[in-house]
Amino acid sequence: MLTARRLTLCCLGFLVLLLAALAVGVSFGSGEVSLGDLWNDGLSERHQAILFQIRIPRVLVAALLGGALSIAGVSFQALLRNPLADPYVLGVSGGASIGGVVALTLIELPALAARIPQPLIVPVFAFAGALGALVLIERIATVGGRLTVYTVLLTGAIFNAFSAAVIYFIQSLASLEELHAIVFHLMGRVREMAIGWIGALAVAILIPATLLVTQGRSFNALSTGEEGATQLGVDTERLKRRTFILGALLTGIAVAMAGLIGFVGLVVPHLLRLWLGPDHRLLLPVSFLGGAAFLVLADTLARVLTAPNELPVGVVTALVGGPFFLLLLRRRGASHGF
Amino acid sequence: MGSDAIVVRGLSFAYRDRPALAGIDLTVAPGEIVGLIGPNGSGKSTLIRLVSGALDGFDGEIHVMGLDVATTPQRELARALAVVPQEPRFGFPFTALEIVLMGRHPHLAGLAFESEADVALARDALERCGAAGFADRPIHELSAGERQRVVFARALTQQPRVLLLDEPASFLDIRHQVELYDLVRQQAHDQNVAVLSVLHDLNLAAEYCDRIVLLREGRVAAAGPTDEVFSYANLTEVFETEVYVDTNTLTGKLLVMPLSGRVQRKLRED
Repeated sequence: MLTARRLTLCCLGFLVLLLAALAVGVSFGSGEVSLGDLWNDGLSERHQAILFQIRIPRVLVAALLGGALSIAGVSFQALLRNPLADPYVLGVSGGASIGGVVALTLIELPALAARIPQPLIVPVFAFAGALGALVLIERIATVGGRLTVYTVLLTGAIFNAFSAAVIYFIQSLASLEELHAIVFHLMGRVREMAIGWIGALAVAILIPATLLVTQGRSFNALSTGEEGATQLGVDTERLKRRTFILGALLTGIAVAMAGLIGFVGLVVPHLLRLWLGPDHRLLLPVSFLGGAAFLVLADTLARVLTAPNELPVGVVTALVGGPFFLLLLRRRGASHGF
Repeated sequence: MGSDAIVVRGLSFAYRDRPALAGIDLTVAPGEIVGLIGPNGSGKSTLIRLVSGALDGFDGEIHVMGLDVATTPQRELARALAVVPQEPRFGFPFTALEIVLMGRHPHLAGLAFESEADVALARDALERCGAAGFADRPIHELSAGERQRVVFARALTQQPRVLLLDEPASFLDIRHQVELYDLVRQQAHDQNVAVLSVLHDLNLAAEYCDRIVLLREGRVAAAGPTDEVFSYANLTEVFETEVYVDTNTLTGKLLVMPLSGRVQRKLRED
């Protein structure tokens, strides 16, 4: 049973885990400089640049996106009452992918060729695509003033299939170089950002995430079905709409910034539910912190494994997450039913 | 409206274009147990769902403890009224105690945790429902009857003034049926809770209900004190089958037995 004390202890524990992951992420990379060097007087300017302009921004972005995906995953699982839902089931990621790929092929690559850097153009277009998809899916799935979970799910699946077709279409017209860039973008890559922009990203992610955390007890009630939750005093329509919009915003931001990073939003919530129980008051904040730590470590692996070349982080999360998840299901899932 | 806990007036409802209830009038006073009886599809569960505030788009009025169900926020309604559904659903592996504590949801402020008093209330309810032994087991590992007792304990923990029961005894063995309805009676008579309950078991209804509302095709076919409504004529007409009616010599209450097709054919021949 969850108490305020247990919640505090677990959150502190996962905060420590996240800080440790951040330290690891900052310490490893293709340039030879580690966190300990910060306290050495003899840190060269080049090393300072690596730490402050590349590694620290990078691990912070990875942490924020990992947290966003993971808490969106928990929320959609609660909304759909299905532990196998992930942040991408509701289709918003499809819109983000279209926006990103269009911006990449039509604007960023030509600009790069002309040596005019456009660092945020892809995320901005991708996020616009996500918002467009969000509004569209919400409109289609609202029947008679109610957001029907089945319709949301179906609309999302169809929208994802449609956006995949659009992307294949663009790919079939693309040059080899463009194709490479598109594939890399979609497989998931954490973008470096200027420190100032990270503040804005943090606000954009932490506000919806905090609003979702406050819905924990209502999500618990929702696990007894929409009618059951209503009879326990939950305004079910408002809860569903809020969850869809907040979760979709977080997913949209994550896909806009880093492409489709799989497994974070599925494996992290699942693992934590098996370990700590299904109470969403605990599961929501702990998934945010755990997802953040997971993506920081996965991104570090992506940078280090084949240095100086970089793997798409989505490949790492799937390679690590997939087998681990199956192992977990075989060991715990059978006895738990989940 | 007076002092009645549930007041339903001129209630009509349709699922899309299929009418389910037409012109229902009904009241339940505090401390009273009213049984909703009728064949499958007569609208019993729909009526329970409407009174609980889970369905909207009805004609007529429903008041629960003076609250207009159509306009009262669900949270306020849930503090006055608890429901034991026919088939409770559970999406994630919460323990029985955690499920019961959900009954405190409408009483707790925004981010508050259950207090020790709340937990004591939940454990006491589990105890009274004979479910204390599996308080810490995941709900989906329990049998249907055990789950039903847990859900009833949750309804008690909600501390309602009105209890809506939709076949709460359908998965229970006879001992637990009686224990559950003894608890219902205790809530009604000692705590002055108003109870509206769907029942299929006519003998249980005869024993426990103060009044009966007989539903047939979405309309009230008969309503009144149990002894008056439970007549051979009323039952055979509403259920469209032959029954054997007698008096329970121990309690003086009605005893009803359905008759098999073979016996009914034989009766018709004689």
